[in-house]
Amino acid sequence: MRIELVKRKEHSQLMTVLSPLLAVLLTLITAAILFSLAGKDPIEGLFKFFIEPLFDSWSLQELLVKATPLVLIAAGLSVCYLSNNWNIGAEGQFVVGAICGSFLPIIFPDFQNALTLPLMLLFGIAGGACWALIPAILKARFSTNEILSSLMLVYVGNLLLDYLVRGPWRDPDGYNFPESLLFSDAATMPSIGFGRLTIAAPITLVVIVVLALVLSRTLKGFEIRVMGESPRAGEFAGFSKGRLTLFVFAISGGLAGLAGTMEVSGSLNQLLPVISPGYGFTAIIVAFLGRLNPIGILIAGFVLALSYIGGEGVQASLGISDKISNVIQGMLLFYVLACDTLILYKVRIGHNRRTASQGA
Amino acid sequence: MNEWQNDKTPDETEPRPSGRQTREALLEARGLTKRFGDTLANENVDLRINKGEIHALLGENGAGKSTLVKSFYGSLEPDSGEIFWLGQKVNIDNPSEARSLGIGMVFQHFSLFEALTVVENIALALPNPGNMAELAERIRSISEDYGLPLNPADVVADLPVGIRQRIEIIRCLLQEPKLIIMDEPTSVLTPQEADRLFVTLERLAGEGCAVLYISHRLEEVQRICHHATILRHGRVVSECDPARETASSLARMMVGVDVANVSAAANAPQLGPVRLRLTNLDLPASSPFATELTNINLDVHAGEVVAIAGVAGNGQSELFDAISGERPVAPEMITMDDLPSGARSITWRRQKSAAFVPEERLGHGSVPGLELTGNITLTRHSTGDGLIASLGLLSRTAAGRLEQKIKRAFDVRMSHDNPEARSLSGGNLQKFVVGRELDRRPGIMVINQPTWGVDAGAAALIRQALIDLARSGSAVLVISQDLDEIFEIADRIAVVSRGILSKAEPVHIMNREKIGLLMAGGAETQAAKSGQQAPDVLPEAPGGAV
Repeated sequence: MRIELVKRKEHSQLMTVLSPLLAVLLTLITAAILFSLAGKDPIEGLFKFFIEPLFDSWSLQELLVKATPLVLIAAGLSVCYLSNNWNIGAEGQFVVGAICGSFLPIIFPDFQNALTLPLMLLFGIAGGACWALIPAILKARFSTNEILSSLMLVYVGNLLLDYLVRGPWRDPDGYNFPESLLFSDAATMPSIGFGRLTIAAPITLVVIVVLALVLSRTLKGFEIRVMGESPRAGEFAGFSKGRLTLFVFAISGGLAGLAGTMEVSGSLNQLLPVISPGYGFTAIIVAFLGRLNPIGILIAGFVLALSYIGGEGVQASLGISDKISNVIQGMLLFYVLACDTLILYKVRIGHNRRTASQGA
Repeated sequence: MNEWQNDKTPDETEPRPSGRQTREALLEARGLTKRFGDTLANENVDLRINKGEIHALLGENGAGKSTLVKSFYGSLEPDSGEIFWLGQKVNIDNPSEARSLGIGMVFQHFSLFEALTVVENIALALPNPGNMAELAERIRSISEDYGLPLNPADVVADLPVGIRQRIEIIRCLLQEPKLIIMDEPTSVLTPQEADRLFVTLERLAGEGCAVLYISHRLEEVQRICHHATILRHGRVVSECDPARETASSLARMMVGVDVANVSAAANAPQLGPVRLRLTNLDLPASSPFATELTNINLDVHAGEVVAIAGVAGNGQSELFDAISGERPVAPEMITMDDLPSGARSITWRRQKSAAFVPEERLGHGSVPGLELTGNITLTRHSTGDGLIASLGLLSRTAAGRLEQKIKRAFDVRMSHDNPEARSLSGGNLQKFVVGRELDRRPGIMVINQPTWGVDAGAAALIRQALIDLARSGSAVLVISQDLDEIFEIADRIAVVSRGILSKAEPVHIMNREKIGLLMAGGAETQAAKSGQQAPDVLPEAPGGAV
């Protein structure tokens, strides 16, 4: 018997939908194996990790809070990835966006009016976009590898934040703790409901709808898809590769910056040395799990948010390290990419006629 | 160098197929069947190739020729049937097994690693490549011998299609095979180069090496092949001695019906004003191995078809990119309807009623993973075809209407409506890509290799459409390596060689020999003699090398 991958004539619509589900299933199986290797009941582990958070109003709200930045960043990344631009530095754009968004409430704490929050969000978008434009310009101008340059800038951004909250932006009344002053109410995202949920969630939803329309129905979206799949044909269509690179990096950096600002102004209310549990990297998984499609990303965002909350859950109840979240996220990306092979290829299990006939 | 090179020419009077069965068979296939999904690519095919025989395999695109030879070469496994090699039943499981039997193959779609050099690619295919420097020297000398010069140190990615095919041929010859399978080997050669290849093939045959020769060019099949097997829809429909057939009887066997003749108006067309003018066009090479365009001058009038002949890699794709606007030049170098256009974008040129069809239909002329409607939007989004509705939204209904129209007008066959471009066969995709542009009735049409790898019926359709477009008042510029095609449709012919374009001459004073000499470097001589001004008459056969 031998297993062959046979190229399909066209991509399979069915597998496009099925592949992420298959990946989730494989991840669950592997997670169960991991739980039992750790000496826990795999069924209980899976239940506590993936199911229990869904039946608790606090964790449901927390799910939305965590999914919001993931979805927003992933939506921007999907635009990049669709056009074959590999922005790996959303984490850095998130952080720099948060820094720029915090500029007003930290430097001008007395500037408190209806414009404060919108201006903060604009600063955040601009900051993230500018940070993302660095690798974009390097790529468009000098053909630098954007994977490396965008990734490296994550660490620069993180150190910049660290320097600011330990140095110039440290709260003078903060007993020397490395944190900025707390934002005023005018600089805080209005909350919805009773917990940490803010208007960041509906804003994200609007962004997703707009992006879905742009990608599927406009010439710009068409340009993005064409340039991603076939740059030569894209230039033949009259699209400019360099300009598009700048455009998509600015979009994804801007959205990451917006997510960063909404995170500090909504959930944290101040700048801390670390403001993200790796949202910018996890969003890469969200983007791929969501098929680089805004609606798919919305769903995938919840799955990944669940993995954060589930990790905390099993740490509390079963005593398993919450690093299990990272392991499960990594496996998920691995399985998604593997299952994606099935979109363009089908598996054929055939008998090796020759071995058979030789045996006879 | 190679022992079999320097002696006797083949026996011209050797027995033709009457006595085929009594001669020693080299390879014999019995009842080969291969199925892909719902289609039978090969159905119960019997084929016998004798030692020392040049055996033609004829058939339209999709007739199953490539599938059959891939079974011989071990890159496909037949579903049923047997293959005998020198009377022994063999299982050819993979290409290296085929090579160890003595079967070499020159593919139509090249199997080369783009990032590697010529010598590295060849070394990979040899069981014992030995010292690379020596191998490079062997490649250099053998390739010179066969009139297919190669620089072993060139990186494949930088080489044009024509040169890549040479690598395949030389790689095959280096292994001194007993059977060489050649898939359309002459499509990228000048007539003189093809002649030299034929001499080589005949010499190989004289030495007992068999050649399985796949070609669309019936004239050369008649000239050099001893026997022909004709495939249609995966079945052997006929066997014959091509020398005893006429080109049209062979074509009838292949197609099953008479192929329509393309009718260029016999006399010179009514010429209108110059619609496309190239003036002292220079374009630096984009990479160390690309071709530089030097001082190109050409006028294309309304009403005429001008063809540019030339061997692949002599600047055709660079010229196309400059005219289409994918590579900008100085504004005055290109004028379209008297407007300086050299620095304008491809979209601007399209809006000025120009249309372009590049050589590479998949990946340049179309996006493989996009449905046909999307591929219509690709080149027509800004040409006022209603594909962009208000608010910049794409209109799917408009694209769908155009798709139906192009499909009907150019007989584009597809398994279901609006498929992805990559699922169309080469010929059908070409009809679509050409039809997409012709449907606009462009005033200036520039098309590179209009019928590369397209079957006879589709080729006739495309050629006729180009002539009709010109006669309706458009300027048509065709870049082609196919001289048959050029003589069929062109009113004037120019030849490009190493980035230099000869003067475009009326078709009635051109012939294959003149074109061949211009291809082989005459164009440069001509340009050097005449300086900046193109002469009124073609100089005497330049170079004097006949």
